Amino acid sequence: MATSDIQVAEHALQHHFADMEQQRETSTFGMWMFLLTEIMFFGGLFCAYLVYRASYYTAFVEGSQKMNIWLGATNTAVLICSSLTMALGVRAAQMAKPKLMIALLLVTILFGLGFLGIKAVEYHEHWVNHEFPGPNFHFETGDPEHPATDAQHTEIYFSLYWAMTGLHALHMIIGVGLVLWIVLAGLRGAFTPHYYNPVENVGLYWHFVDLVWIYLFPLLYLISKKHGG
Amino acid sequence: MATAVQTVERENYLNANYGIKSWLLTTDHKRIAMLYLISITAMFWIGGFFAMMIRLELLTPAGDLVSSDTYNKLFTMHGIVMVFFFLIPSVPAVLGNFLIPLMVGAKDLAFPRVNLLSWYLYMAGGITALTAMVMGGVDTGWTFYTPFSTTYSNTHVIGAAVGIFIAGFSSILTGLNFIITIHRMRAPGMTWRRLPLFCWSNYAAALIMVLGTPVIAITLLLVAFERAFHIGVFNPQLGGDPLLFQHLFWFYSHPAVYIMILPGMGVISEIVTCFSRKRVFGYEFVALASIAIAVLGFLVWAHHMFVAGISVYAALVFSLLSYLVAIPSAVKVFNWTATMYKGSIRYNTPMLYAFGFIGLFTVGGLTGVFLASLGIDVHVTDTYFVVAHFHYVMVGGMVMAYMAGLHFWWPKMSGRMYPEGWAKLSALLVFVGFNTTFFPQFILGYMGSPRRYHAYPPEFQVLNVLSTAGSSILAVGYVLPMIYFLWSLRYGEPAPPNPWNAVGLEWMTSSPPPTHNFDETPVVTWEAYDYENQPQEEVTIGH
Amino acid sequence: MENNQQHDESVVGHIAPASMYVAIWAVLMAFTAITVFAATIELHVFNIVVALVIATIKGTLVVLFFMHLRYSTKLTMVTVVASIFFLFILFGLTMTDYLSRGWLTYPGH
Repeated sequence: MATSDIQVAEHALQHHFADMEQQRETSTFGMWMFLLTEIMFFGGLFCAYLVYRASYYTAFVEGSQKMNIWLGATNTAVLICSSLTMALGVRAAQMAKPKLMIALLLVTILFGLGFLGIKAVEYHEHWVNHEFPGPNFHFETGDPEHPATDAQHTEIYFSLYWAMTGLHALHMIIGVGLVLWIVLAGLRGAFTPHYYNPVENVGLYWHFVDLVWIYLFPLLYLISKKHGG
Repeated sequence: MATAVQTVERENYLNANYGIKSWLLTTDHKRIAMLYLISITAMFWIGGFFAMMIRLELLTPAGDLVSSDTYNKLFTMHGIVMVFFFLIPSVPAVLGNFLIPLMVGAKDLAFPRVNLLSWYLYMAGGITALTAMVMGGVDTGWTFYTPFSTTYSNTHVIGAAVGIFIAGFSSILTGLNFIITIHRMRAPGMTWRRLPLFCWSNYAAALIMVLGTPVIAITLLLVAFERAFHIGVFNPQLGGDPLLFQHLFWFYSHPAVYIMILPGMGVISEIVTCFSRKRVFGYEFVALASIAIAVLGFLVWAHHMFVAGISVYAALVFSLLSYLVAIPSAVKVFNWTATMYKGSIRYNTPMLYAFGFIGLFTVGGLTGVFLASLGIDVHVTDTYFVVAHFHYVMVGGMVMAYMAGLHFWWPKMSGRMYPEGWAKLSALLVFVGFNTTFFPQFILGYMGSPRRYHAYPPEFQVLNVLSTAGSSILAVGYVLPMIYFLWSLRYGEPAPPNPWNAVGLEWMTSSPPPTHNFDETPVVTWEAYDYENQPQEEVTIGH
Repeated sequence: MENNQQHDESVVGHIAPASMYVAIWAVLMAFTAITVFAATIELHVFNIVVALVIATIKGTLVVLFFMHLRYSTKLTMVTVVASIFFLFILFGLTMTDYLSRGWLTYPGH
């Protein structure tokens, strides 16, 4: 290891830690603890989803028919690809390859923006089709027996859809900002194999946001087989 | 003790540097604790003002001082300010922030900048909520029950909800910092079995903060969205279930009761053992009881909903689980009592407050067991019995413990001694005033007087007058410490490093501590609370 | 690359081979295709079971390998398990209410 590495590392050691190892493990543990709070944050929404899906299954099927399954599947793939480039980016940081890291993280940002772009197309479609809850909401139900109540229950499905995917999209936007921050710091040469906690932690955050989508996709898009595509 | 030991004042965290900027941009956990102390004290008086207005209105049976709408806003804002902006941060954010790094022998919390951020979030949340109150207030009750909060109330629900949402993140970050500090920042030799019980109980409270707070954050966000964008998650007109709101709300807000009481229990454990000059009885049980309370606290929330329309079978399950919380709570009370047994007890102010805590918490806790049983709860739901119960735990328990802790560690925090005589008087006034205020409410509630009304039948007046009279005694009891603490900053005798002759790392550094807490990292080679093997010096201050 | 493997792991953290990440990525993509396909078959209640099992497999892979949980301290693992545990307490105890609401029949209903 080069002496400059050690200098960067010593510079990065905060006064209240004994050594770099304590600092690194503390920061990683802190990030995991933060992700725990994120799990509980989304958990409230998933709990609401569970309750209403158990109560209004048919309405949820009706609502999910309005989802564009191919755009959803594409977005899932985009996020998985972004997770790969992110994981490889963290690995490049571990191996003292700052240029490779920056390149991989820039690709990650592109995937992230791609996800948000596709999501925006979907949101636009739902918006013009009056599938946003509230006074403009309009839904032609396929249930001949209880058309009115079924449409109302579908509005709950869409409320949850917008709340869950909206919160997820917000996390994506924050994630893109964080990765950009890492890229800029990387350009200044802030990271070495002895000090790359911020890269690792942003990586953990990015993978977590991917993880949430891995559950959102089947729960919101793939409720029943009636999908033709 | 007036010898000129401290002619040249040692450099400490208070005099290390000066100026408003050195405070607002500090990352020193001790200074952040002082920032919290100032802000939550302000919140305490705002909440206290609302409480006095409530008590004044209830002096007479007729609704003559304020209208029923104003009264609704008063009790709502009293609840919001006291619960979210005073009780939840009180002991953790002030005493915990100050003491946890000192107690574990660290230079600071694990994430000092995050710690400062949490204070700013607290302030942002507090100002947002207060703005909503100044602009006209909120009338939903601190519980924000839907659909009233989402659809029918025409007050500033969104502002209050967003304020609590922001302050919630402050609480999350504080909890996260505590957990990680206690795991990762302990000095050599400070094993889990030597960890002070104050740290154990704050650790348990921090677990609840990180696990529970996000759930209420998302829930209040949904309420705000429902009002702002008509997203209909809880809207009964669409088939949404208002009870789902209550489930999500109480999933946090019941454990939040333990966020409030657990750190207080930690304070009491420290004080009882110090002023009894004995090792705390059953250290391991007291420590694990904190964790047990934190975990069991997550299993009991629906006992707030027994009459709300939940399934009677679920109510049975929750009722049964609620009884379980009594076990670790009782373990603590018995162990404190056993610690005092045959101890050489000293009646200093912190110990007087601790006595008050143990007695009042026991009353509050036992009436909690009444309320956990389905049959009695149905009888007294939404009466003053419930109000009295939780004020016995929250004010009689938590605020007592907070005052006890402030008196115990004030010499360490400020470097000054307060006048012991006045402090003893304030402890007495708080105890008498508290009981006069809230004991009559048990009787009122049992006789069927409902809560949250600004008028009541004339036959309840005697008890209400008693309660209002008690609240003014209580107010004097709270004003006094504020005066003599401020007085002591200028005129108090300089405090020695260890005025109570207590054990614990925080007493082994100077008062007030230097910026980095210890001149060199301490190495712990002794067991916690080793009072028996400590030389029995006389306490020199405060006789 | 071999040279880097000699770094003190306690400081640098575990460095997994790039091929492993690519393999995990391929499995995740394959499962995405499978879950979309499985949703087009009518399996009644098992549709959701299949979808959630696949999602959980994918999630576990992400957590174990992309997020390095496999190489992390026990403390980190406990944190993950605890979050899942309390999430299930939230789901489970809430559902005790919703699932048992219809059990008791009232006279006249």
